[in-house]
Amino acid sequence: MSIQEIQDEIVEEFSAYDDWMDKYNYLIELGKELPPIKPQYRTEQYLIDGCSSRVWIHAELDQEGKMIITADSDAIITKGIVALLIRVFSGHTPEEIKDAELTFIDKVGLKENLSPTRANGLLSMIHQIRMYALAYYTKQQSEKKD
Amino acid sequence: MLNVNKIREDFPILDQQVYGKPLVYLDNGATTQKPRVVLETIDRLYNRENGNVHRGVHHLSTLTTENYESARDTVRKYIHAAHTHEIIFTHGTTSSINAVAFSFGEKYVHAGDEIIVSGMEHHANIVPWQMLCERKEARLKVLPVDETGDLMLDKLEDLISDKTRLLAVTQVSNVLGTINPVKEIVEIAHAHDVPVLVDGAQGIQHGKTDVQDMDCDFYVFSGHKIYGPTGVGVLYGKEKWLNEMPPYQGGGDMIKKVRFEKTIYEDLPLKFEAGTMNYIGAIGLGKAIEYLQKTGLDDAVAWEKELLDYATARLKEIPGLQIYGNSAHKISVISFLIGDIHHYDTGMILDKLGIAVRTGHHCAEPLVESYGITGTVRASFAFYNTKEEIDVLHNGLMKVVEMLG
Repeated sequence: MSIQEIQDEIVEEFSAYDDWMDKYNYLIELGKELPPIKPQYRTEQYLIDGCSSRVWIHAELDQEGKMIITADSDAIITKGIVALLIRVFSGHTPEEIKDAELTFIDKVGLKENLSPTRANGLLSMIHQIRMYALAYYTKQQSEKKD
Repeated sequence: MLNVNKIREDFPILDQQVYGKPLVYLDNGATTQKPRVVLETIDRLYNRENGNVHRGVHHLSTLTTENYESARDTVRKYIHAAHTHEIIFTHGTTSSINAVAFSFGEKYVHAGDEIIVSGMEHHANIVPWQMLCERKEARLKVLPVDETGDLMLDKLEDLISDKTRLLAVTQVSNVLGTINPVKEIVEIAHAHDVPVLVDGAQGIQHGKTDVQDMDCDFYVFSGHKIYGPTGVGVLYGKEKWLNEMPPYQGGGDMIKKVRFEKTIYEDLPLKFEAGTMNYIGAIGLGKAIEYLQKTGLDDAVAWEKELLDYATARLKEIPGLQIYGNSAHKISVISFLIGDIHHYDTGMILDKLGIAVRTGHHCAEPLVESYGITGTVRASFAFYNTKEEIDVLHNGLMKVVEMLG
């Protein structure tokens, strides 16, 4: 599935919930189910510090040249949103990720969570994902030339 | 006895719904809401009476100047300062502290000197002193806080040395709610000739403040935390200090004579009010104080105490809830965590139930981290809050436990 198709799927899933508490319950479930980040990445170096909640993120390329993202948060609702971002981005090529438009957050009503006014680490996480994508993309391009 | 329902009618913002639920505003430690009289004053000033203060020959300027100076005197009376010219308007607590850190620091602090702050300070009462210490190669020392959330006063004597130039301490902790014995602290400091700055940001609105009785050398607070507008604050300083200290900003209005060879500064208070001040904010602040006095500060404080006791009891019913800050002397602030539940998750859920609280480290990282946590949930009550709202908070927290516990 493309990044856009996954986002559409998430929007579809959320359309079942009209109550905020249902949405949050769903995010809490997703947060609980998210596989933990490897302990060596749950460290200061991979930490995105926010006043409200903290996020750890790591990305690497698999053998097919796709970006595998793992992440964690100390707050469970944040972690649920982290899980959604991983579902959207992880397993795609750096090129796809760097050019992808993030549409689902707004459509499922979580936009405020990505605003700079919420120091929950999510906005920085997305920046970080794009940075990883750009760095890996540049690396892949230079390797092609070699 | 305070009629809270009648008071709520004075605060138009309280009567609204968020996410389809009645707003329960419990973030008064961050900022307070404004009574109608303040809003109407600001509206009137901009619509009918706006003219720049202290500079005009014309009607509007004169009117503004009169209102501005009258607000200054309202502040003086409220904190019982000896002189009106000891009241300097600033942008808020932070800018007041920075002003003292600069001006006092320029004159009196040298390499090897020491500044003392307490372990429960807001960043605004830490960072300006750190910056001063860096500038002057001075040293910052910290008066520790005990488990219950009280300052360890017995350690103060040992901290003070002949190198100590100033002690800066908060009147009330914004995280724990602790009301510090500032009068006693000033007495100890003064016995060693150390002047004291008291950060009144969280104290000014929750009790009677008498700077002469307290005998502090500087007292600072923000307008927006005492039901006034944002962007205005107060720096009270004893005349002696303010006269000796150099101004921290140069510009219009703070000068008597400007020559390229030498400029002569204005007398107090204008010496410290360079440029166009937030005069409408200051006048609004004066109105807010008048409103509080008219409502009855003692009644307001008594009601807030009742709210604190009621909320403390109700919150303790929540399984696993731990309160941070259990001093016997507290304002109506409760910081807490429920078991392992993250403060941000709690705040997110409460928000969607219409309940406004603050989460995080509350700009007091050293204090919060001393408890081995990254933050708390903070409910802070004002005299317009009700017991019914505390019940809504209680039910909201039960919902949090149900979803996350």
